[in-house]
Amino acid sequence: MAATMTQENGLRKAFPLLLPAYAWLTLAIFLPLSAMVYFSLLTSMSPSEQSSSLTLENYAAFFSDPLYVTLLLRSLRLGLVVTLICILVGFPAAYVLAKIFKGRAREAIFLLVILPFWSNSLVRVFSWSMVLREGGILDTALNSILPFEVTFDLMYSYPAVVIGLVHSYLPYMVLTCYLSLQAIDDALIEAARSLGASRLTTLRRVVAPLALPGVLAGSALIFIPVVGSFMEPRILGGRGGTLYGTVIEDQFTAVYNWPLGAALSFILLAVVLVILLVSAPVLRKTA
Amino acid sequence: MKRHTTAILAGLGLLGTAQMATAAELHVLNWKGYGADEPFATEAFEKMTGDTVVNDFFNSEQEMLTKLRTNPGLYDVVMINAAFMQQALDEDLVQPIDTAKIENYGDIDESTAQSPMLNVDGNTYGVPWTWGLTTIAINDKAFETAPTSIKEMWKDEHKGRVTIRDDAVEAIQLGALATGQNINDVEDMDAVKSSLSELLPNIRTFWSSENDWNQMIASNQIDLGTYWSGSAGRAQTKFNLPVTLAVPEEGAVGWLDSFAISQGSDNVESAHKFINYMLSPEFYTEWDETVGAPVSASRRAVAALPEDAFNRAVMGTPEIAERVQFQEPITDEQREEYLKLWQSLKVGAN
Repeated sequence: MAATMTQENGLRKAFPLLLPAYAWLTLAIFLPLSAMVYFSLLTSMSPSEQSSSLTLENYAAFFSDPLYVTLLLRSLRLGLVVTLICILVGFPAAYVLAKIFKGRAREAIFLLVILPFWSNSLVRVFSWSMVLREGGILDTALNSILPFEVTFDLMYSYPAVVIGLVHSYLPYMVLTCYLSLQAIDDALIEAARSLGASRLTTLRRVVAPLALPGVLAGSALIFIPVVGSFMEPRILGGRGGTLYGTVIEDQFTAVYNWPLGAALSFILLAVVLVILLVSAPVLRKTA
Repeated sequence: MKRHTTAILAGLGLLGTAQMATAAELHVLNWKGYGADEPFATEAFEKMTGDTVVNDFFNSEQEMLTKLRTNPGLYDVVMINAAFMQQALDEDLVQPIDTAKIENYGDIDESTAQSPMLNVDGNTYGVPWTWGLTTIAINDKAFETAPTSIKEMWKDEHKGRVTIRDDAVEAIQLGALATGQNINDVEDMDAVKSSLSELLPNIRTFWSSENDWNQMIASNQIDLGTYWSGSAGRAQTKFNLPVTLAVPEEGAVGWLDSFAISQGSDNVESAHKFINYMLSPEFYTEWDETVGAPVSASRRAVAALPEDAFNRAVMGTPEIAERVQFQEPITDEQREEYLKLWQSLKVGAN
């Protein structure tokens, strides 16, 4: 009884502190999302047709046309590839930052990692287009060094999309891995080493399991937005840049078919949630 | 305190409206940077009539219609692409125009002025203002002589060096022209589809803005592609790029922009004067020289341009007039069908 009393009391005290965040969430996320749920069930958005009624047809459209499933699979694959590359590149960088560099050097490298966040994402993508195209910065630089002629033209291709996305999302992986790696007590690593574990065994049996939460958090932060990305594929992907995200964008901007666009977005949301739910027990066990 | 401020503001507002009886405001709805909002134009109109021009903008035709629906009576003059006039009429968003009050109306070609898209039941709802083409432009470095057929885009030698806009309607219309069909009444959609899927391997990328196109030319990444006539003219004259418009013998897609007066406008008199000014040679020559403009619907305005001006020398030729097919209204259902076809083509192509 006394316990519930104090709990209630605590909640009452916490209420003014929680209010701004929850009021903001309600206003900025819950209401627009509810509106989108409603739109996704409409037959039409055009005010000239008064016969707009509720329907599930927009969701059925996803299943009736193999186009959307193909695109969704393609986007999921892109999400996996980008996340994997971010782990491969980001984890070692985070390890070096957390365990090897100290003081000024760490601050400087950290700044370099966060720097891309300070520039507009569109600017970043456009600067890649200058680097990757034929006769671009990379092509010119390679040809001036190499004794033989190479044509290096990655622009408007799938690799270009992957490069652009990895660059945009890598800092998330570095930061989350850094946080969990920094929390590992150096004494643990020293103990493992003094007990005769090789560097690789220490990494595999001590460091990696302890750092896993950071890697998983980073992966979720990267995978989810990449699956729905549309700007990078559109600008860097050329004619291979048609993905699930770009098709949703077209529904909103090109044909004004908000109902279908909203329905496709919610299907994506559902698929991502299912993936996260299914993988949650497995991940919890390994972590 | 707040109540006081409101009262004061209301009082000022009343004073304001009392003064405005002599100097009224004219609300114009148009694309941003599309002539009507040029400072020289608004100043000149103000000097001429004493009325202040207040510009508001839209980013798509759908947004333009939405703004008219949700603000009845706010706008006086609105720029409407002729293909969207029917929709505006169906929803009773525009009112008939008294063409007798527009002196420069007589300078417009009879066939354009009487377009059935702008004239319904004997009333004129839109005054043609400018027109242009969606057609082919070439990289001068890639061609000795300009190609005459649209089929040039399909040739193997241009593999990976062709660009088209990522727009379903434009893509379908291109396919229709290539298969010898009417762009407004595509009968054999399968032919369009197979023709476009043959074209896709040649595509380097899709362009979405004028800047995309010009950059690809500047870095010599493309040989040819679809482009807008006004943009090709600007690329040539303003940016000195090796771009030439090559209107193919199969035809080109034309669009027509018109001015309308919105339903419930409280300044109809001034709206007529504004449309008249927009058609005048004084306005058009300055617009084309300082900014770059599409072709004016007024013959007198085009004739006032220098002889070598792109809009007079190239766009004014009879060959172009013969080849243009003007774009007619497209229903929402057609638009969605086109988009779906275009998306599946793009996905199947890799």
